[in-house]
Amino acid sequence: MSLNRVVIVDYGLGNLFSVVRALHQLGAEGRISGNPQEIVSAERLILPGVGAFGDGMAHLNERGLVPALHQYAASGRPLLGICLGMQILMSTSEEFGFHRGLDLIKGKVILLERPREDRRFKVPHIGWNALYRPQDSGPNGSGWRSSLLDHVAEGSCVYFLHSYAVVPDSQDTCAAVTRYANNLFCSVIKQGNVQGVQFHPERSGEAGLSLLRNFINDNSRPRPLTDGSVVAGFGLIKEDQ
Amino acid sequence: MLNKTTVIQGQTASALLDQGLRTRIIPRLDIKGPNLVKGISFDGFRVLGTPNEMALLYYQEGADELLYYDTVASLYQRNSLKEIVRRTAEETFVPLTVAGGIRTIEDIREILRSGADKVAINTAAVNRPEFLKEAAQTFGSQCIVLSIEAKRLANGSYEAWVNYGRQPTGVDAVAWALRGVGLGAGEILLTSIDREGTAKGFDLDLIRKIGAEVDVPVIASGGAGKKEHMAEAVLGGKADAVSAAALFHYHYMKRVDTLYMSSNHAGLRMGQQVDEGNIDFLRAGAYSGLKESRYQPMAIPQIKDYLARQGVACRAPTRSDREVSGAPQ
Repeated sequence: MSLNRVVIVDYGLGNLFSVVRALHQLGAEGRISGNPQEIVSAERLILPGVGAFGDGMAHLNERGLVPALHQYAASGRPLLGICLGMQILMSTSEEFGFHRGLDLIKGKVILLERPREDRRFKVPHIGWNALYRPQDSGPNGSGWRSSLLDHVAEGSCVYFLHSYAVVPDSQDTCAAVTRYANNLFCSVIKQGNVQGVQFHPERSGEAGLSLLRNFINDNSRPRPLTDGSVVAGFGLIKEDQ
Repeated sequence: MLNKTTVIQGQTASALLDQGLRTRIIPRLDIKGPNLVKGISFDGFRVLGTPNEMALLYYQEGADELLYYDTVASLYQRNSLKEIVRRTAEETFVPLTVAGGIRTIEDIREILRSGADKVAINTAAVNRPEFLKEAAQTFGSQCIVLSIEAKRLANGSYEAWVNYGRQPTGVDAVAWALRGVGLGAGEILLTSIDREGTAKGFDLDLIRKIGAEVDVPVIASGGAGKKEHMAEAVLGGKADAVSAAALFHYHYMKRVDTLYMSSNHAGLRMGQQVDEGNIDFLRAGAYSGLKESRYQPMAIPQIKDYLARQGVACRAPTRSDREVSGAPQ
């Protein structure tokens, strides 16, 4: 199996082709799939998505993909959620009611606040905005918390299109923050092999391509056992569950 | 500081001066058949070159989005448009919007499948407003842009026109904007028919009127002739994004000419015949033959630098390996 093969989860939401094209530009193959078996056995997995949180989870449930995503995440292989795909990694969302997410990272999803006094700030937040290190990112503030951001200069702009943002329970999972009016939200999240970006790296010019390049070069590898199961942080999980 | 809730109120160290607003600079590429054209008040096209090469150049120069505008969307020409979109989507990685001739859900699906991120809809939405709702429900508001081409009336109000600025509708542009957003449009591409192609500056009154009514971003289009106009659209017109065509085309085409085109017309479009459009402009030697002195063409990075000095923050342009932004020789 090629190292640079990425499965992109198709659950009926959003335009997946731009992700495929960006991967192609980087010499990787993006394979769009809604098949649980293909998702579980992927080398790398991207969970894309646009639209509402509740719709997204409903589509995943209808297609029986939630167990597959949990199983994949437990394998230790790289998972990247993009936009709604990042939000769905979290425990809950307040978008149009209360919804449960995949709960792969503890935390919630909340609506961006729009300042009443300044009409320039609209929600959805559409356009280019900058990535900053969380303030407590270590001695001298050097280095990103995620290798996804290698070679991405602090302050680089990427393309956002969202109304909601994630609030992780543990601020240690927040790898980059972005400011929009009075909102300082988590724009890159990372917990082990499970990562998410609130922006669209496939539409974010060279900075976005750098991030995707880091993702396809991420060599966190699963440890396969002889019986086809994998050892992961959450214990022994059979691949065919 | 970043506290437990991550989304917090108040100031932080690194983001203290950065509230997160970036004005989008969007080159607009009008397409007629296989050609990049420039119209004047939506009439009298002039062939400038090929769209794909210009789109790639604009991407490399730091365009924040790209806008393709199909000027005469007939059935025959749709395939050529889709091919242009497909090629640009493969080599540029910023949002791409396609406008012109979008009539059905299937049209949208095909254009998105070809590689566009958004479609801008004018005529079909005026004819049947519910189309906007269906489109937004099917694909999400984030990829449905309402394109309004507005003409100023004697009483100071604005009328929405359709069919690439050829046909009045009697519909009030401001009321239509509000209704379109209510039906699900996620952005408004707002073009002044009176200013389009004139280099006289944006119709600030029009942009302000519509921006005051709607909560979605307004992309100002029509009239950009020099850098000051771009700043006015944001500072005076309160536009969220600014589109310009000839302001950029006339700067870059000399270089595209050098990079991609030979002096013979066969080489112009990679061996295709020049089969339509007025090519006198190219024959006259592109920018050197330009008679319209009102334009003060400029590179995208230079425009962004200027805007930053005026207090209009933009995404810093990503410089490509090829240094392409200097003034034409």
